[in-house]
Amino acid sequence: MSVIGTEARSGALFVNLAATLARVAASFVLAMALGTALGVAMGRNKSIDRLCDPLVIVLLNLPALVVMVLAYIWIGLNEAAAIAAVVLNKLPNTAVTLREGTRALDESLDEMARVFNLPLGAKVRHVVLPQLAPYFAAAMRSGLSLVWKIVLVVELLGRSNGVGFEIGIAFQLFDVTRLLAYALPFVGLMLAIETFFVQPVERHVSRWRPSHGA
Amino acid sequence: MSRAGGRRMELEVSVARKALRSASGQTRVVLQDVAFSLRKGEICALLGPSGCGKTCLLRIISGLDSDFDGHIVLPSPHKVGMVFQEPRLLPWRSVAQNLRLVGSSSENDLAEIAAALRLSKHLDHFPGELSLGLARRVAIARAFAVKPDLLLLDEPFVSLDAALSAQLREELLALVLKRKATTLIVTHDVEEAISIAGRIIVLSAAPGRILADQIIEAPRQALTEARAVKMKEEIRSLMANASS
Repeated sequence: MSVIGTEARSGALFVNLAATLARVAASFVLAMALGTALGVAMGRNKSIDRLCDPLVIVLLNLPALVVMVLAYIWIGLNEAAAIAAVVLNKLPNTAVTLREGTRALDESLDEMARVFNLPLGAKVRHVVLPQLAPYFAAAMRSGLSLVWKIVLVVELLGRSNGVGFEIGIAFQLFDVTRLLAYALPFVGLMLAIETFFVQPVERHVSRWRPSHGA
Repeated sequence: MSRAGGRRMELEVSVARKALRSASGQTRVVLQDVAFSLRKGEICALLGPSGCGKTCLLRIISGLDSDFDGHIVLPSPHKVGMVFQEPRLLPWRSVAQNLRLVGSSSENDLAEIAAALRLSKHLDHFPGELSLGLARRVAIARAFAVKPDLLLLDEPFVSLDAALSAQLREELLALVLKRKATTLIVTHDVEEAISIAGRIIVLSAAPGRILADQIIEAPRQALTEARAVKMKEEIRSLMANASS
């Protein structure tokens, strides 16, 4: 506890937390956006699916470490490489989940929208997105946990700040208290994001379900 | 089929042939030489045994299915209001939102439609909270919310109990007459057809062909009991002969 206090007073804790959080946010948003686009395209179009499916499977099963090291070697020891490595690790996950969601779209509602001549925007907003929302929420939840775990490893390998970097130093010094001083606040932060952001969003998109009404 | 000259046609249907291909590669002819046209404001029932291609014909007319030989002529511009066999409401939108989404109707107009179908109390409910009967009413209200020139109804009373179905029939009829929508209603129930329509087209069992195209001179309430009974018998025997 006192170590958390010292690190907090010196400001190092916050600087490192902020650096990590920025990487988590950037790679999370990128991975969700690209993964969703790819997943929906794969779910709608058979040839895109056939083209991208092997790549997605390879990325899904490739150890995160391999992607990170390759990214650092090919792109360089910089921020872009770090973010790219995390995005590549998360993206196939999102794509596969959203592909399932797109395949499960209700044909009968699509027909309804066609008969009633709904404009494309209204159709996407009121017919398609609500059906994809649960899949998006699932991808978001698993995505956030995956992304922040991977970000720490990326930092450990090739960045000179962030929680992962600090934990790397603690490892070299065998300093368990310092390690926990960085790990615990981070876990707290992620719990707060989960409780105050992810769960309210989930509740909001599923409020129409009768089982949630009670 | 000669028509009183000069009156505007709302719908011309001419389906020479419609076949479905099953997964095993067999083709099955569903509709054969089905041609008719509806005048503006006409209420027509499409009657036939289950599986004779009634729903298929409705899908063709509504533009959902364009894989057939023949043509459909609709005046342009036109608005189609459709009630599917299942309500097909958006479960994540309230009843009011479901109605507002499709229609150009004003709030007053929507309120009037909702009142006519006795939905006023349920406007804030989600479809998952409604019984099938209520969900059907919402689907019917939605079809009226687009201010339809042509109203297509696919078995709108199926699997409702007799009392509920009779009540809904009356409410629907009142709305159709008030809003003067040309209406094509698919049903397998002779009683239902006679109680609503001013014209009945009878289809045979698959492949569906037109067996009879009958205009009821004094439709609905004006129909005497004896005349109605006789007509039901005629149509029933026609259908029985065709399917045997």
